[in-house]
Amino acid sequence: MDQILTRISEICGNQYVYSALVLIFAPLAGAFIMGIDRVVTARMQGRMGPPLLQPFYDTVKLFGKEPIALHRPQIMYAMLHLVFMILALLLLALGNDLLMVLFVQAFSVICLVLGGMSVRSPYSWIGSQRKILQMLALEPVLLVMILAINLRDNSFLGSEVLKNPQPLLLSMPLLFIAFLFVVAIELEKSPFDLASSHHAHQEIVKGVTLEFSGPFLGLIEIAHFYEVAFFVWLMWAFWHTNFWIGGAVALVGFLFLVVMDNAFPRLTTTWMLRFMWTVPLTLALANLIWLWV
Amino acid sequence: MSKATAKSPWVVHFNCNSCNGCDIEFLACLTPTYDVERFGILHVGNPKHADILVVTGSVNHRNKHVLKNVYDQMPSPKVVVAMGVCPATGGIFADCYNVLGGVAKVIPVDVYVPGCPPRPEAMIDGIVEGVGILAKKRQDSETEQPELPVKIVRPAAAPAPAPAAATPNAETTGQAVAK
Repeated sequence: MDQILTRISEICGNQYVYSALVLIFAPLAGAFIMGIDRVVTARMQGRMGPPLLQPFYDTVKLFGKEPIALHRPQIMYAMLHLVFMILALLLLALGNDLLMVLFVQAFSVICLVLGGMSVRSPYSWIGSQRKILQMLALEPVLLVMILAINLRDNSFLGSEVLKNPQPLLLSMPLLFIAFLFVVAIELEKSPFDLASSHHAHQEIVKGVTLEFSGPFLGLIEIAHFYEVAFFVWLMWAFWHTNFWIGGAVALVGFLFLVVMDNAFPRLTTTWMLRFMWTVPLTLALANLIWLWV
Repeated sequence: MSKATAKSPWVVHFNCNSCNGCDIEFLACLTPTYDVERFGILHVGNPKHADILVVTGSVNHRNKHVLKNVYDQMPSPKVVVAMGVCPATGGIFADCYNVLGGVAKVIPVDVYVPGCPPRPEAMIDGIVEGVGILAKKRQDSETEQPELPVKIVRPAAAPAPAPAAATPNAETTGQAVAK
């Protein structure tokens, strides 16, 4: 029995098998987490809510719809959004350069923005512009986080972070709080759900994804599953030394986001920028200075 | 695939402007009180994401083009639910000079929910009925395996040498062939 287990772990340790496993299970986990999100949201509003597997049904349904696209580049942008999001997750999973991970993830979002900007619908444009402002609000915090990691472990490599016996959360508690707001923006949680709200489907008519329909919207949904997995993974990495404590950290962080999603109304872009560049950025910089001294 | 279609109907509503009663009632139906999300129903504002088009109000000459446009933007399979008596027959506005007398004169309707306005239970029942039809449509399209709608526009063939006096016919200058 032990031999079989060691053999299995050896096979899973292989870089290619590991990548394949991440590719298959990350979107499943992401969809599952989104299902939990929707059920918890429903329970907080005092109702039953959809089945847990609702995100799977939605995505499968979208691939059964008639493919309608305005023009070919639009399809390409949806695909690039998905491909770069997968690449970002893979780079993270393989312990690559964290700066590279950040840039690839940002480029994935940029592809979505380009897709939104490639059509002439005004709502799509508004959504895309808001998406850019969101990136402007969150990228400094993410950058400071990676600089802080570099300061602590003397390396930008994700694999070096995992070798450190001390959990990240103990040396970067303030950055974790700042990072939660970043995740709230990236996963389109209220009060930051400006570009294409996840629960309020009428808000600027779904913004960036307005002109995507059928299977192309499905591609964006799958990219979102990967994105959820990406950020939950990052939250888990704040306590990488123990799998279960890391899971608990990610769970608490995610539940905080769900509560915040239900408790707060939507901010304007200006307010979001003001908030992100004051509170979370100050927290992040304070943490950086603390690590420096 | 048809099972997933039946479990995730996204609804867009279009009001053809009568007294707005049905529209207000229908929006109230989508609030957390009735929890339509337990059927997977989502209220979207965008016909390009929607599976079910809910039409309220009596359609008239002015807004029939808008209604047709909204319907055409929805990707198939799609279902139309006529909510109330106005979209079914024109209702009390049927005798008005501008009222067409029913949505069915503009787009194909799958489910009629009569009432002025219908009760919330009847509205939700109508949507769930539409979901069944939606899954059926999906299943039918699976068995038939239709080709993807591809529109090919060919340039017109060179006009045959005709008497110089003949004016070029507008119809022969461009021809759209739908496959």
